[in-house]
Amino acid sequence: MSAPAVQFHHDADRLATDLRHRELVHTALSKYEVKRDEMKARFQDWQGARALAAATKRKAISQLDRHLEQLARGLEARGTKVHWASNGRQACAIIVGIIKARNARLVVKSKAMTAEEIHLNEALEHAGFEVVETDLGEFIVQLRGEAPYHIVFPAMHLVRGEIRDTFATKLHDAPSDNPEELTMVARRVLRQKYVEADVGITGANFAVAETGMVSVTENEGNARLTAALPKTMITLLGIEKIVPRLEDLALFLPMLATVGAGQLISGYNTMYGGPRQPGEADGPEEFHVVLLDNNRTALLADAEQREALHCIRCGACLNVCPIFRNVGGHTYGTTYPGPIGGVITPHLRGLQDWKHLSYASSLCGACTEACPVKIDLHHHLLQNRRNSAAAKPSWWQKTAFKFFVPVANRRGLWKLVTRGGRLGQRLHPLIKGSRLDPAYCWTKTRELPPVAKQTFKEWWRQRK
Amino acid sequence: MVEATEMKAANHDTNSPAGEQRASERANILARVREALSVAAPADHGEAAAASSIPAVLPAVGATFEDHVALFQKNAVELRAEFKVVNDASDLVAELKRLAAEAGWRQVATHRGELTDAVCPALGLPTVTAKSGADKRELERCDAGITECDALVAQTGSVVVTSRSAGGRALSVLPPHHVVLARREALVAGLPDAFALLRVRYAANYPSMISFITGPSRTGDIERILVLGAHGPKRLTVLLLATPP
Repeated sequence: MSAPAVQFHHDADRLATDLRHRELVHTALSKYEVKRDEMKARFQDWQGARALAAATKRKAISQLDRHLEQLARGLEARGTKVHWASNGRQACAIIVGIIKARNARLVVKSKAMTAEEIHLNEALEHAGFEVVETDLGEFIVQLRGEAPYHIVFPAMHLVRGEIRDTFATKLHDAPSDNPEELTMVARRVLRQKYVEADVGITGANFAVAETGMVSVTENEGNARLTAALPKTMITLLGIEKIVPRLEDLALFLPMLATVGAGQLISGYNTMYGGPRQPGEADGPEEFHVVLLDNNRTALLADAEQREALHCIRCGACLNVCPIFRNVGGHTYGTTYPGPIGGVITPHLRGLQDWKHLSYASSLCGACTEACPVKIDLHHHLLQNRRNSAAAKPSWWQKTAFKFFVPVANRRGLWKLVTRGGRLGQRLHPLIKGSRLDPAYCWTKTRELPPVAKQTFKEWWRQRK
Repeated sequence: MVEATEMKAANHDTNSPAGEQRASERANILARVREALSVAAPADHGEAAAASSIPAVLPAVGATFEDHVALFQKNAVELRAEFKVVNDASDLVAELKRLAAEAGWRQVATHRGELTDAVCPALGLPTVTAKSGADKRELERCDAGITECDALVAQTGSVVVTSRSAGGRALSVLPPHHVVLARREALVAGLPDAFALLRVRYAANYPSMISFITGPSRTGDIERILVLGAHGPKRLTVLLLATPP
């Protein structure tokens, strides 16, 4: 097993039986579920919206080269510097270079999963800059030195008491465990950072090819401030974020909020096309957009799974996934957890190391049904299983089939083995659930179904 | 020797090698995209055929001005924003004065605009005007930011502002109370109408920022419990002028 697979199994074993964790996930998601369904019902035609969104993304990705060029042209026409990064290392180097050239020290950052993907914070801290996450959930997990638990709700795994303790240790300011008071502590601390910061970094949820804009969705206003006050603004986004036309946002913004957070539309949806323009009161003097590939083109090259690039990172598939709800976000050990993470991580980081995620699924299809852009998630998990087995067949599966095939093909042998199975099961309790048990992986937490007292053939003969 | 000269050149002109790398990575990425797209994706799941228009799938909006006012009002209540329709400019001044007295405003921020110019001086409060070179710390100390807007979206209860029409980027998000002044014709039915309006108004030259603001700043990051005023305004008040000023 690869190291990530060992870690996954270890953490999954622990959390699947952790009742407190289960309760926490249940509480957080049950409120979300009610609001999500309420908002979905407000659409005149939710299924029609999904079809339209899927068709729009398909169009965007099928002409990605043209759309990217159009996006870059539009941004550059308004004085934006567009950078292209083939991988995370290049993207980090570009961003570090921009900040160094400005002699900056303090960087404020709003939530960006692409930044998590390329470990941007580590790179910036290594280069000697102070980086402050400004999204409340991200701010909390940053103070705790953790990775985000969920792509939309980063601090979903924490209760108020834990957050109070974190604030008390790290900020020496924790009046109570009241969520409102805790939020106001973060507001006070971060307000100062915005005003002092030299550079603001944001992610983006969409990029509008036609008008040359990036669109940033948030609820807190932290991204707005990050993009308003520092002299230099940098936006990092994956090349797949494209939508063709500005009007497409009229569809995507409410869909993202509905399935992402149970809101009809998020608090702030902001399109940025350039640095401060002549006649505008404020805004950054420089605007840099960093377009990140980081193996997205490898996924694009897999025509069968290309549609996984339609993902808008709403997190809907995580929220409905029975595996995610039991093993939690950190167990995956990936930037993108849940079903979508199981589909794309093998493409982004290597199939053999991450194929185990394709098995972290009951194949129930809840993810596919939840996806606002209709990605056929559970079938892509099956395709990853197939591809990984074809590329590197497992020796024990091969061995097992080497024994199974001749047995299944010979009536006498088959009879012998089924009788043996009946006898074996009577003796099984002696070793059941112990390491001697050949069915240990199954029997440590479950019962084996009993082998039938007689075979169908025996029954049929008796019946006559 | 050659290498040393090149390094020296690189030290003198940091832009050019970076620029070259940028250009080559651009070419590399686009080449990989084109190569990948040379194999067509399998047929879709029938979406293209099923797809209708955006307005037909989004939440229903009603037909008349009164419908849109009622829908915006309903959304505002849900979002914990305040919304009021006022008759004329003098009512608008009265409403602002009421807000100022109620919340004890000592200093407000605004920007130059037809509506703001008509009503803000009547408040009689020290006023910071967002303009080039204005101090962000001073803006931060204001009790309220008063801005105009490009549109109000009935469907979602959103306010559309831009960096050109609403005093830049910080004014609508930095002060703790954002007051929006809207003209009657700013109220549109749905999101597609708002984007269409932006296109008509700006297509030749878009502002550097367009923001759809929906309710006061909010977070649910602690136990999914709603808290207002996470970073941006804790209060959002929208005043719609029923007649031209």
